[in-house]
Amino acid sequence: MTSGAESLYQDIILDHNRSPRNFRVLDGAHRIVEAYNPLCGDHYTIYLKLDGEIISDIAFQGSGCAISKSSASVMSTVVKGKTREEAEALFTAFHHLVTEGADAGEDLDQYGKLAAFSGVSEFPARVKCAILAWHTMKSALHSDAKTVSTE
Amino acid sequence: MITPPTTSVPMSPQTFDVESLRGEFPILNVLVHGHRLVYLDNAATSQKPRAVIRSEEEYYRTMNANVHRGVHTLSEKATARYEESRESIRKYIGAGSAKEIVFVRGTTEAINLVAATYGKMHVGKGDHVVISGMEHHSNIVPWQMLCGETGALLRVIPLNDRGEVILSEYEKILDGPVKLVAISHISNALGTVNPIREMIASAHRRGIPVLVDGAQAMQHGPVDVRELECDFYAFSGHKMFGPTGIGILFGREALLETMPPYQGGGDMIKSVTFEKTIYNDLPHKFEAGTPNIAGAVALGTATEWLSGLDWTAIGLYEQNLLQYATDALSDMPGVRIIGTAERKAGIVSFVMNDIHPHDIGTILDRDGVAIRTGHHCAQPVMMRYGVPATARASFALYNTASEVDALIAALGRVREVMGI
Repeated sequence: MTSGAESLYQDIILDHNRSPRNFRVLDGAHRIVEAYNPLCGDHYTIYLKLDGEIISDIAFQGSGCAISKSSASVMSTVVKGKTREEAEALFTAFHHLVTEGADAGEDLDQYGKLAAFSGVSEFPARVKCAILAWHTMKSALHSDAKTVSTE
Repeated sequence: MITPPTTSVPMSPQTFDVESLRGEFPILNVLVHGHRLVYLDNAATSQKPRAVIRSEEEYYRTMNANVHRGVHTLSEKATARYEESRESIRKYIGAGSAKEIVFVRGTTEAINLVAATYGKMHVGKGDHVVISGMEHHSNIVPWQMLCGETGALLRVIPLNDRGEVILSEYEKILDGPVKLVAISHISNALGTVNPIREMIASAHRRGIPVLVDGAQAMQHGPVDVRELECDFYAFSGHKMFGPTGIGILFGREALLETMPPYQGGGDMIKSVTFEKTIYNDLPHKFEAGTPNIAGAVALGTATEWLSGLDWTAIGLYEQNLLQYATDALSDMPGVRIIGTAERKAGIVSFVMNDIHPHDIGTILDRDGVAIRTGHHCAQPVMMRYGVPATARASFALYNTASEVDALIAALGRVREVMGI
């Protein structure tokens, strides 16, 4: 019997865990927000540069499990260059994907790279890992929050 | 009458029939993701034998009523059963009197009780409270709160690289204005068995009382509080094959007598007027409100069940299993064991390559193997050994070598899934 863990740890996730993109301190960032899950110790700092309504640059630093790190990395690649509104729409889509799973008959391709996280909804204990960086990005867009926790 | 354990395990000192004993734990037959459960998270909570499950059910089916109150038959039965259970526990831990056995919710409440009563009476500004570097948060935070309120200082006995307290440093710390030592019997994160008898003796030579956090110790064999000469011993029912929500504070009668109550309410009083309340006698002074009666009854049954086991044989069996697991894990590529003390109980904390323990835990779970991953409520321990978290396999008397094999095979799958 297979363990089924492969449905969670898809190649894109392993790749971004091993070689996270935009994994650096971003000098001159307009927003710097910390993401922290006190239960598991996942801890990231997310940096945003804003050019009007556009996320002109995004980077992150920190450590945590493969799910949280690859999620932060993939997020950084998909929201860069997007408007706030577009980034929020991506948040909503991602949130739906990892909490509810793809709807029956739904084409996963529309999620692009985010589709790699379609297995997360089958692992309820790991939803918080996947969503941590996204919540942090969202609050960085909105407020002056300094630390975002998914606990 | 106390119901005797319904099943007993036939054992001689040399042989220990683990299969027969496993038969007493219904949950061990549960399937997880299609695999027979391999439960290696005993340091978090142990599973329950049929005798304990039945005991709680029997209480609710045949005698449920409030205790120490009614004159009706059920209340008298429930009260008698509750107090018989206290007596079973007293006997099991070798306490001199049932007055020294206080029912609490668990180890955490027991420690908070001592900090809030004995601590506030005796610890003042400039005094020291001593703990070790391997404590669970429940034996850190109550003392920090006490020190914060009183202006006392929390001193921490440092650990060596194997995960043992450095006794020479402990001796030096004891020479300060120390009012209390609070130390774990066995570390939940490292598995270290502390030399508590020696540590208690050192403290007592200077007239310093000692509280022992026995949460991890009770599932690995009987503890005799008189032999240890500890002043307080705190433990939880659920980690010793009993139910959750019930635990014990043992305290020496002379100390408990002088301590103020922890909480006010019913059952802890002799008489109440609006002007003055006369507190009840020990141990009821510390048991305000309706207690967890069913839990207390079932914990009594757990101690009776434990008394029927051959602990010489089980002690040997558990040590062999720990050795087997330690050797097998050490042979796994990329595995580093955190906590290599000379005296250890069946707890192995480890990290593997740079795979985060939560990823290990998730993949193991899909193979039916349950371990704990994270900081184990011992963040200072993680910091001391430079890891954010560990994976922890913890063994109880019903675990087997083939379950260790299942763990090792599943760890092989972790490497595969993670592409290592």
